[in-house]
Amino acid sequence: MAALAPASRTDSRFEPALMRRKVTGTLFYGACVAAIALLLLTLIVLLVDVFVRAAPWLDLQFLTSPPSSRPARAGILPAIVGTLEIGIIVGVVTFPIGVAAAIYLVEYASDSWINRLLQTNISNLAGVPSIIYGILGLAVFVRALAMGPTILAAALTLSLLILPVVIIASVEALKAVPHAQREGAYALGASRWQMVSRSVLPAAAPGIMTGVILAMARAIGEAAPLILIGAFTFVTFLPNPISGQYTVLPIQIYGWANRPQDDFQGISAAAIVVILALMLILNALALIVRARLSRHIQW
Amino acid sequence: MSAVPISLTRRRPVGERIIERLLFLAAAVGVVTTLGIIAVLAFETIEFFLAVSPIDFFTGTHWSALIKPQSWGVLALVSGTLLVALIALVIAIPLGLLAAVLLAEYASPRVRTVVKPILETIAGVPTIVLGFFGLNFIAPHVLRPLLGPDNIGTFSALAGGIVVGILITPLIASISEDSMRAVPRGLREGAFAMGATKFEVVRKVVFPAAVSGIMASIILAMSRAIGETMAVVLVVGTKPQLTFDPTESIQTMTAFIVQISIGETAQGSIEYKSLFAVGSTLFLMTFVLNLLSGWVVRRFRTAY
Repeated sequence: MAALAPASRTDSRFEPALMRRKVTGTLFYGACVAAIALLLLTLIVLLVDVFVRAAPWLDLQFLTSPPSSRPARAGILPAIVGTLEIGIIVGVVTFPIGVAAAIYLVEYASDSWINRLLQTNISNLAGVPSIIYGILGLAVFVRALAMGPTILAAALTLSLLILPVVIIASVEALKAVPHAQREGAYALGASRWQMVSRSVLPAAAPGIMTGVILAMARAIGEAAPLILIGAFTFVTFLPNPISGQYTVLPIQIYGWANRPQDDFQGISAAAIVVILALMLILNALALIVRARLSRHIQW
Repeated sequence: MSAVPISLTRRRPVGERIIERLLFLAAAVGVVTTLGIIAVLAFETIEFFLAVSPIDFFTGTHWSALIKPQSWGVLALVSGTLLVALIALVIAIPLGLLAAVLLAEYASPRVRTVVKPILETIAGVPTIVLGFFGLNFIAPHVLRPLLGPDNIGTFSALAGGIVVGILITPLIASISEDSMRAVPRGLREGAFAMGATKFEVVRKVVFPAAVSGIMASIILAMSRAIGETMAVVLVVGTKPQLTFDPTESIQTMTAFIVQISIGETAQGSIEYKSLFAVGSTLFLMTFVLNLLSGWVVRRFRTAY
């Protein structure tokens, strides 16, 4: 045995070109690590670049002032208020509709052609470019329903945009509830709605709430549809939800970034820091809500 | 035996049936949205085609909506859009697939907790932020020094493609990772038992088995790249032209829609209607790609 072992190690018939193959494998692994390193580097450079540009402009005056044609006096209060108002309306509109649609698809829908159509339709809607929703909102909410270019029209447009996201997240959360949970409720004599509302929904709540909050974060970062709903305006007052002009953070960022002067790039970067902070808060909120709601759930 | 049929055939309470109807209505909002999009786009696009010949629109290569004489050759916008999308894919396919392989095949749980958030953060950054980064960093501090200031301007398709490439990389990575994870362990172990190295297992076993999901992720990423607006609009410029030179300034379909929307365009004017015609073209292109990705998954799926 002792004599055979070294012989087989050098015998190339059993391990053809092993050295070369191992080197190829190591190189490939190196490429994988390099790809991730490049992505991480990009993210770090992006954040550092934005923060360095933003630093001289970020102060209380910036957060509490309206925009101005002079960068030193400009602020983003109307954009922050507009973004928050839109975020709240979007949440209030999409939460009940999205969860109800998901409940129908998971708990009620039989395998009929119309239910399959509903399902395919939702995944197709999730792939429609956001600017197309802007065209829909412009034609339906702004013009046909005569809401004009207002916060309300903008919020309803964004609600349609993120509804598929909310539905898909809620469907996943409902599907993750074990079947025994449903059988248990039925065994106690519950009707279908009693089973859904008192047994399945509480169990799926952490996943659903996380999905809704992350979808709201997506909505307030979205700018393209709102350009068609008249958000690209010079607003120096706090927006009223149902009448008058408004603006939101991502559009304000775009407006300032569009100007060639360095000072405007600076306040644009400052506005980016504000929207990133808002996203961070929403993501943290999603984590907290998830942790709190899932305290009593165990399976 | 008699008690059971009675309880099963009893009519469900009225309340229960009303609830089911309401839930169905909520699920139907999506269908109404789809019909609304198609109706709105079709209506104004037909109006546009009453003024401009569809043949000129789809075969013309010169686009000039705001400067007279007007010209409506949408290929100038489509080519700009495709150029940006192709550059984005050239960047995102290798980066996304390598990241997916690392996550699915190599990474320990600890490495995953570092790498996953990087991808999720990139995916969650508002796209206007990436546009800002492209305008203020990639174009002046990466492309200009690299290619020389005489060869590339402030605005270019290349800068747009790089920005969109960053944006769609997490999409390719996460879908591809999922489909690689779905490949059963036994297939890998069979290959290892035959003496394959880790790389050979990835290349000859995992990759072919996951190819349907990988192809679908690439097609979806392309659809996303074509429809991307805010990351592109600051970076590529406002010069619609049919070119394959990535250092040129171009205009995408989405960037044109933005340009028309922020300008003073009267409702009912031909410029206003052109917005819908370009929107329809964009919608059809992404719709076909989305259908194609679904078809690829069904056609090439290997079931275990």
